Amino acid sequence: MIAKILKYQLRDVMRSKWIIAYALLFLIFTDVLFRFGGDGVRVVTSLMNVVLIVIPLASMILGAFYLYNTREYIELLLCHPVKRHQLFWGMFLGLALPMVLAFGGGVMIPFVYNGVGPEAWSAVLLLVFTGSALSVIFVGIAYYLALRFDDRIKGLGLALVICLFFTVIYDGLILFVIYLLSSYPLEKPVIAFSLVNPIDMGRILMLMQFDISALMGLTGAVFRDFFGTKMGMMIALVSLLLWLAIPVSAGLRQFLLKDF
Amino acid sequence: MRSLLILTGIVLVAIAVVSARFHVSTAQQESYELTHADEIKYTDFAHYLSYIDDSVRNETFENDAKNRILEVGSDKEFSDISNALAASRDGDIIQIHQGTYRESGLIVKNSITLLGIGRPVVDVDGQGEGIRIIADSVHIEGLEVRNVPSSHSRDHAAIRFDRVSGGKVIDNRLDNNFFGIYLARSHDLEIRDNHLTAYHVRESASANGIHLWNSDRATITGNTVIGHRDGIYLEYVQESKIFNNHIEKNIRYGLHFMFSDDCIYHHNRFEDNGAGVAVMYSRRVIMKHNRFADNWGSASYGILLKDITDSEIRNNDFYRNTIGIRVEGSDRVKIHHNKFNRNGWAIRIMANSMDNHITQNNFIDNAFDVSTNSRRNNSTFDSNYWDKYSGYDLKGDGFGDVPYRPVRLFSLIVERNPMALMLLRSMFVQILDITERIMPTLTPETLIDEKPLMREVEISL
Repeated sequence: MIAKILKYQLRDVMRSKWIIAYALLFLIFTDVLFRFGGDGVRVVTSLMNVVLIVIPLASMILGAFYLYNTREYIELLLCHPVKRHQLFWGMFLGLALPMVLAFGGGVMIPFVYNGVGPEAWSAVLLLVFTGSALSVIFVGIAYYLALRFDDRIKGLGLALVICLFFTVIYDGLILFVIYLLSSYPLEKPVIAFSLVNPIDMGRILMLMQFDISALMGLTGAVFRDFFGTKMGMMIALVSLLLWLAIPVSAGLRQFLLKDF
Repeated sequence: MRSLLILTGIVLVAIAVVSARFHVSTAQQESYELTHADEIKYTDFAHYLSYIDDSVRNETFENDAKNRILEVGSDKEFSDISNALAASRDGDIIQIHQGTYRESGLIVKNSITLLGIGRPVVDVDGQGEGIRIIADSVHIEGLEVRNVPSSHSRDHAAIRFDRVSGGKVIDNRLDNNFFGIYLARSHDLEIRDNHLTAYHVRESASANGIHLWNSDRATITGNTVIGHRDGIYLEYVQESKIFNNHIEKNIRYGLHFMFSDDCIYHHNRFEDNGAGVAVMYSRRVIMKHNRFADNWGSASYGILLKDITDSEIRNNDFYRNTIGIRVEGSDRVKIHHNKFNRNGWAIRIMANSMDNHITQNNFIDNAFDVSTNSRRNNSTFDSNYWDKYSGYDLKGDGFGDVPYRPVRLFSLIVERNPMALMLLRSMFVQILDITERIMPTLTPETLIDEKPLMREVEISL
């Protein structure tokens, strides 16, 4: 049943033009970066800034919009013998999958036809992994918000605020805390801070790849020692999984209990 | 006469190379057999070479009439090196044949040549020092010296020159030693094509690969030094040349310079050393065409300049170092035509440095281009290429019309609070940097490139 809904959803999403525009955006951007004389690794570094800002924003807004727009369709389907959780998973994957594919495809195609080396490939794969995780996480949050608030303005507004919070305000708060408590050993709290924000976590994972020389300084050693070990990697992965699971399960719960 | 012979030798070599190439190419087309005429030509050539070699050698030692060849080997005249040394006179050649000689504390008192044939091994086996030279113009070639022990009270070295002038150390292998080649008050020495490896982990148990103390006009070239404390260490050394060396994975500095004026080092590779290269308390040092790569760590630099004056750093390649160049208390240093690529900090310049001139460099993909510890700046930056520069060039003269400020606000923040480094590349930090760039209030006012280049500088590395 999920497969059937998913198939229908995918066809619907593919037919609308925004997903193609979304893929083209990444494709053109990556291509232009290559044309401006960047080698593979440099392109990934430039892309990283875009990915960390655009993906959360796009996933959030598109996700919320999509759910608000298909409200009547959902109500229609619910009149039929379709289980609610099946419908939810169909709807969720129906948006998250195309987002991931559009992003991954858009970014990777220029890398294929420009023929880059293995170092650039490992970098771009990390980028695609991070971007995909962020896509799914923020679509999940958007679904939860759209289901929680019937008022579109409220839902979208909140989505924007949350997005802004994770991309900008959160880092400002960290800086504030670091300044405030600069005379205390902050290594461990700062690692904990970075695990709480999925965007920060993605950013630090990529920093480990690109800015390794800067990170080899005093502070960097702390991160290297943490993320470099199996234990640290496990904790990072668990935290990422939690970020995947919590918004989606909250959304699912909303969907199951909601009085449409 | 000598130069004429060398010249004919060079011409012959050139002819031989060309003809060999020609023969190979024709042979590939037809068959790989050599004709009789070819064989004659090659043997002739070999004969000629040996003749040149001998004549040169004879000239190196003035009393060519008396010089003898003393053979050391299991079935030779001398069974160990120390006996041969005791029997030697000035101008002798001691030929040491293949084998392992468990000897230590060898002292060379005469101007002789120690020539290893088939790379004989002198295994000191933890018994003090290896070879000590106290005579002028001693030539040591083709040996392997092993296992000179660490000591906290004595500077044991594999090969030590003590108060001599002239001499050569060529193509030796020094394996697992405390000090490798040690020059004390010895001038005009040539150290060439040696391979030094040590395996210590702790700084206190290890010593320097090539160590010069109070020794002027040395030539150090083509050596490979791996795993010592400092790869090359110079203290009170004047007018020396260090080039084409490969210094890698040493525990402390790749090259360590103290109170050594008028030295030049070029075309060296310094990779993955504990703290890169340190140049301290010296004047008129020229550093060019070197490569500094992967020197990582909280106190690790491509080059550390401390109290350096009137020096020049050009055409170097700084790649993936935590800090490319750290300038501290240094005046009138010209830094130009260097490439800074993917370093953490390309240049860290302290406010106690004056009148340094940084120009025509390429800054590409560094996390921080320039950082400093004060709002004051007494050095000039101009005509560099900065990949982060976002200005325009309406005049079309190749220089941006808007000045570039290489010090980011974020680098000041990190200076004060190292933990803030985790916010590198964060959106918030980028917004902070942009506001600071528009309205500079905290970054140094005068540290500014008035004429940033629009295109990369052509640099020959």
